Amino acid sequence: MTQAPPAPVTEAPVLGAPVDRIDGTAKTTGQARYAAEFDHPGLVHAALVCATVPRARLVGIDTADALAHPGVLTVLTHENAPTMRKSPSPGLPDISTMATATSVTYLNTDEVHWNGQPVAVVVATTSDAAKEAAALVRPSYEPLPATVDFQAALPDARPQKRNPFSPAGGAKGDAEAALATAPVSVDLTFTTPMHHHNAIEPHATTAVWHGDRLTVHECTQTIDWTRRRLAHVFGVPVADVRVLAEFVGGGFGGKGYLWPGTVLAVLAARVTERPVRLALSREEVYRTVGGRTPSTQRVALGSTVDGKLTALVHTSITQLGRIGGWPEQVTSQSRHLYDAEHVLLRQRQVELDALSTTTMRAPGESIGTYALESAVDELAHRLGMDPIELRMRNEPDRNPLGGTRFSHRRLREAYALGAERFGWAERSPEPGSMRDGRWLVGWGVASAYHPAQMFPANVTVRLFADGTVLLRSAFHETGMGQPTTQAQIVAHELGVPFEAVRVEHGDTALPTGPPAGGSMQTASLAASVRAACADLRRSVHGLARRSGSVVGRQRPADLVARDGGLFGPDGGETYAAILSRAGQSRVDAKVGSDTGLGRVTGQLRFAARMVRDGMRWVRASTGAQFCEVRVDPDTGEVRVTRWVGAFDIGTVVNAKTATSQLRGGIVMGIGLALSEETLVDPRTGRIMNPNLSGYHVPVHADVPELDVAFVGDPDPTMPLGVLGAGEVGITGVGGAVANAVFHATGRRVYDLPITLDKLL
Amino acid sequence: MRVNGAETSAELEPRVSLLDALREHLGVTGPKKGCDQGACGACTVLVDGRRVVSCLGLAVQYDGREVTTIEGVDHPVQRAFVRNDGLQCGYCTPGQICSAVGMLAEHAAGEPSAATERVTSRPTLTEAEIRERMSGNLCRCGAYNGIVAAIAEVAG
Ligand code: FES
Ligand code: FES
Repeated sequence: MTQAPPAPVTEAPVLGAPVDRIDGTAKTTGQARYAAEFDHPGLVHAALVCATVPRARLVGIDTADALAHPGVLTVLTHENAPTMRKSPSPGLPDISTMATATSVTYLNTDEVHWNGQPVAVVVATTSDAAKEAAALVRPSYEPLPATVDFQAALPDARPQKRNPFSPAGGAKGDAEAALATAPVSVDLTFTTPMHHHNAIEPHATTAVWHGDRLTVHECTQTIDWTRRRLAHVFGVPVADVRVLAEFVGGGFGGKGYLWPGTVLAVLAARVTERPVRLALSREEVYRTVGGRTPSTQRVALGSTVDGKLTALVHTSITQLGRIGGWPEQVTSQSRHLYDAEHVLLRQRQVELDALSTTTMRAPGESIGTYALESAVDELAHRLGMDPIELRMRNEPDRNPLGGTRFSHRRLREAYALGAERFGWAERSPEPGSMRDGRWLVGWGVASAYHPAQMFPANVTVRLFADGTVLLRSAFHETGMGQPTTQAQIVAHELGVPFEAVRVEHGDTALPTGPPAGGSMQTASLAASVRAACADLRRSVHGLARRSGSVVGRQRPADLVARDGGLFGPDGGETYAAILSRAGQSRVDAKVGSDTGLGRVTGQLRFAARMVRDGMRWVRASTGAQFCEVRVDPDTGEVRVTRWVGAFDIGTVVNAKTATSQLRGGIVMGIGLALSEETLVDPRTGRIMNPNLSGYHVPVHADVPELDVAFVGDPDPTMPLGVLGAGEVGITGVGGAVANAVFHATGRRVYDLPITLDKLL
Repeated sequence: MRVNGAETSAELEPRVSLLDALREHLGVTGPKKGCDQGACGACTVLVDGRRVVSCLGLAVQYDGREVTTIEGVDHPVQRAFVRNDGLQCGYCTPGQICSAVGMLAEHAAGEPSAATERVTSRPTLTEAEIRERMSGNLCRCGAYNGIVAAIAEVAG
């Protein structure tokens, strides 16, 4: 018979508290170790040789000079590399196939599919020798015709496939007809360039084989998927592959898939029978890890004279590689943000002879909100209406497409909170009307939107006789503060001090955790951690009953977890006391199963829940972004000088780390708006600025104090009320900056980034 | 070369950078490699108390010098980083901290920056000054606000 377990104390101050990071000391003293920092006896180093042509057949590869270089152990090419198994295309039922980055079996083919594909890997006793020798390898190519120019390929765009998390479009009524007859309308075209993640830690792999057992230190956001893909490629049992990633130096979507470096490091270790480290150079990351697609977007809006939207059209064209890529959900937010009578959303794509595009922080919404929110701002300008007022007039009660209910929606509240903190009421509406000395001042707003979803998560929570608790789950820490947040949830659920909780994560030997992607980790884990803690409280009550504790004589429903134990009206005891009376050294509670059957069941349950939840509710984190820019009228230089972001991310588990996540998104959004652009040679498909000196990410001097505020209202349908915070912060930023620049200068910029030449 | 107070010696090829000497030959992995070309600051260490991007120098140039990496730093700014959440993934953090320590010393010695309005008098360490002086240290996680707050807190 199951009955409700003793309840956690709802007022426990640990939930929501701005607790310092559990790993803060490790990270500020140099003790935290990353994938390239594990030493093994006999460790050797690898370096890649990357193709310099977009599409070709290798007709030869001269490795003589490289092999003659002192310290070189081997050079692997398509002529001598052992055969690996091809990765299956991404798809259900095995969700780990999503980690397949490209369809190429590297070094098992004489075909070159993109400018940058690895055609050889050099292994040497030092990294300098490996790099030097890599420069001495001379491939010969027979060039093949290649399509590499995104702009030129646009006329060949084809309907986009949906991706697992977002439909590819949608329609209601006849939007084009409504647009044609609308009293006021805008019809605008926007472009955004390719972007790269540029996590400060470049991708790195340390691979060690012991016979047929493989251990890999890898910087990855998906350790379980990585393990399964590697097991497949190298034809060994999944159980014989262990992937470790306790600390990952930033991911942002760029470390979610199995890119060539990982496979080739493991291959090199297999061939040389030595531990191999492959730490990619920054340039090698650009050549072998995909970026965010460029896009061209059309947004057309029709409205009545008092600002009621009659038509909303948002279409996009993005890029995939012929060998794979992420179909970018550019119109995602346009399904949910505005209550237009007629809607047309359509996504198309072109396929190029280029590396697969991939997910990068808020794929879709980051660039989609730039276009949509710029168009809404332009419409407000033409209507002579305040841009917030226009948004409020079109704020839907139910999802505009299909009429699904929102699980909750606090966008009005976010705007009210943000406007108050920013001082929006002081804005003079006319573009170019606000000045500070010689600077033109502009204020802009835009909506932020990111869907909330959940992955399956297996966890074990272990209570020890001394009252301490251990949470074990193979989840990821790439900077979001996940171990800290989850320890807070455990402390809350069991009523123990935060300091009594330890966390083990980032190791496939632990119960399988969720990937760090789609802003899903916190909520996914929260669901399982809560369930496990409830189980644990139930087990402790059972122990108390059998061992004659006062706790056991009370009904579970009358007990609460606090002060390190269970307490009720008739008194209580600490966990330590209960366990010691019962003669138990520990109690475990487990959620999810890592057996083959358990895994399949878990995935089916996950898929079923995703479909069911999708039919019942539309769930998302939302926000209102407020930006002030100053523009130099002579040079066109744009400085972001003030920022307010008011967000609804549901329950805030840790105010400190959540604020940092949102600020991090805003900072990356400032880069997207003003400076970030991967330059691709339209003739050769070669990335021309594969480094941090030619690709400009925001620096200290580009970022003012970012004021982040929370509506702080739990979502009633999510575990603990948690939505997600990892990606919503970047959405709307491009739009808010562009709108502020328009307000400052009267110039609307349709092509990101907003560099000074576009304002002169 | 002294590293974090201990005498070290290694037989190195002349092409080995100070950063690679530390990370790969001496097992001192606190300094990070983010670009290997002087653009990110992740590899910042202190040489005789001054901040240096260790990827841009050859190890042989530092023969006989005193090198301090994050492992050898014990400074209030480290605790301030944690309190102000001046870090996320932690990968830029060793460089940010070494850079902050070096920068505070530069400021204390009266050195101006591009943000200093009057270079003849000792500049006050405003947030704008801190941002300018720390702009060689990239943080892709965007922990800039917390980093500036931490440094300002320690600078008083
Ligand atoms: S690694 Fe030295 S500055 Fe980037
Ligand atoms: S904390 Fe991740 S790069 Fe700065």
